Amino acid sequence: MAKPKVATTSLAGCFGCHMSILDIDERILKLVELVDFDKSPIDDIKKFTGRCAVGLIEGGCCNEENVEVLRSFREHCDVLISLGDCAIMGGIPALRNTIPLQECYDEAYLNGPTVHNPSRQIPNDPELPLLLHKVYPCHEVVKIDYHLAGCPPPADTIWEALVALLTNKPVALPYELVKYD
Amino acid sequence: MSSTIEFTINGKDITGRPGQTVLEAAQDAGVYIPRLCYMRGLAAFGACRVCTVLVNGRPQAACTQTVAPGMVVENNTEKMTAFRRNLIDMLFVEGNHFCMFCEKSGNCELQALAYRFGIAAPKYPYMFQPREVDMSHGDVFIDRNRCVLCGRCVRASRDVDGKHVFDFVGRGLHKRIAVNAEALLGDTELAVTDKAAEACPVGAIVKKRVGYAVPVGQRLYDHKPIGSEIESTAL
Repeated sequence: MAKPKVATTSLAGCFGCHMSILDIDERILKLVELVDFDKSPIDDIKKFTGRCAVGLIEGGCCNEENVEVLRSFREHCDVLISLGDCAIMGGIPALRNTIPLQECYDEAYLNGPTVHNPSRQIPNDPELPLLLHKVYPCHEVVKIDYHLAGCPPPADTIWEALVALLTNKPVALPYELVKYD
Repeated sequence: MSSTIEFTINGKDITGRPGQTVLEAAQDAGVYIPRLCYMRGLAAFGACRVCTVLVNGRPQAACTQTVAPGMVVENNTEKMTAFRRNLIDMLFVEGNHFCMFCEKSGNCELQALAYRFGIAAPKYPYMFQPREVDMSHGDVFIDRNRCVLCGRCVRASRDVDGKHVFDFVGRGLHKRIAVNAEALLGDTELAVTDKAAEACPVGAIVKKRVGYAVPVGQRLYDHKPIGSEIESTAL
C-alpha cells in the first residue's frame, strides 16, 4: 500500500512553524517511513500530485493568494491542521487588523520613518496578490479539523499529533504540549 | 446559630462557615471552582461569571453566593464546563490577545483557564477591535487590548490602596478601564508598589522593566493547570 501523503504550506507566517517541523530531529527519518511529502516547502513540490491524508497550514490569510492556497489544501487534504498561532488567530500579521488598510499602506510606502519613495507609488501591479482588508485565521476561511497552538508549536506537539493521526489514534495531547506561546 | 454549614458540591460533603462564599468554602475544602475576576483579599465582584455554578439548579456566581445549609452545588459538570469554556472563548475573541509576545504569557489566568479547558481555538470569530495603550506612567503601563474587564485593578486601587486610580467607563462593547486623571495613567497617583499594579490577571496592567523575567518552563502554568494547587489540598 502506498504511504499516505502530507502537504504543508506557509501562508502569512514566518516559517517558524516549519522550522519546528524540522525540529523533530532524527524522528524525521521515522516520519518519512510513515509518509511521503507532497506539496510542501520541505521538498519544494509546488503543485499537489494527488490526494493527501494531512495538510499542515502555517500562517493566516492576509491576501487573496493565501485564500486560494488554503482552499486548494482543503480540497486536496482529508485532514487539515492549523499549525501555530498565526493560522489559529492571525498572529503577528493580524496586529494590523485594528488599523485601516489604507493607513497600513501609507505607513509602509509613504510616511514610515525609513521610507525612500520619491515617486510616492504604492505597489499595485496585477501580479501582486491583493491584500485582504484584515488577516483571517484559517478556520474563518475553510473548515479546519485540528488546531496545534504555539509560536511555534513545539516539535513534540507536531510529532505527537501527526503520529496519532497517521496511526488512526485520537489526538490527545498532554497538558504541557498545548501552549499559546 | 450553628458555626458550620453543611452543603454538597457534585455530591461531595463540604463544610463552610456562615457568611462564607461558595467559592471560598470550596477552595478551603480543596475543590477548585474556576474564576477570573475573583482575587482573595478583594471584595467579590461577580463580573466574569466564570465561577458560575448551579445552586439547587439555578445559576449563581460562586464568588458572591454565600453558603446555606443543604445547598446542592454543581461545579465541574459537563454542562458547566461547556458554559465556562464559552465565556473564555468570548473573552479571547473580544480582546486582542497576542500570547506569543505578551509578558504575562505563562502566568496569565485567562490563558491558563483556556489551557485547563483544553481550548485549541475559540469557536467565535475574532473581533479585532482597536483598543488604547497607555505608556505615560514611568513604572506601569496599560494595554487595553488584553483587558478582560475583571475590575480587580478598580477594587484593589479603591479598597486596598485607597486611591481609586481606575474605574470603568462606557457600556457593552465600549466598556473600558479609565484612569482617574485629566488624561493618562502618568497623571494619576498610582505607584508601582500599589496592589492595583499587580492585581491584573492578564497582561493589561504590567510593570515596566520586568519583561519576560521567568524563563519558559518555569512559569506558573507551564506544567500544571490553574487550580491544581487548590485541588492538591483536597482531603
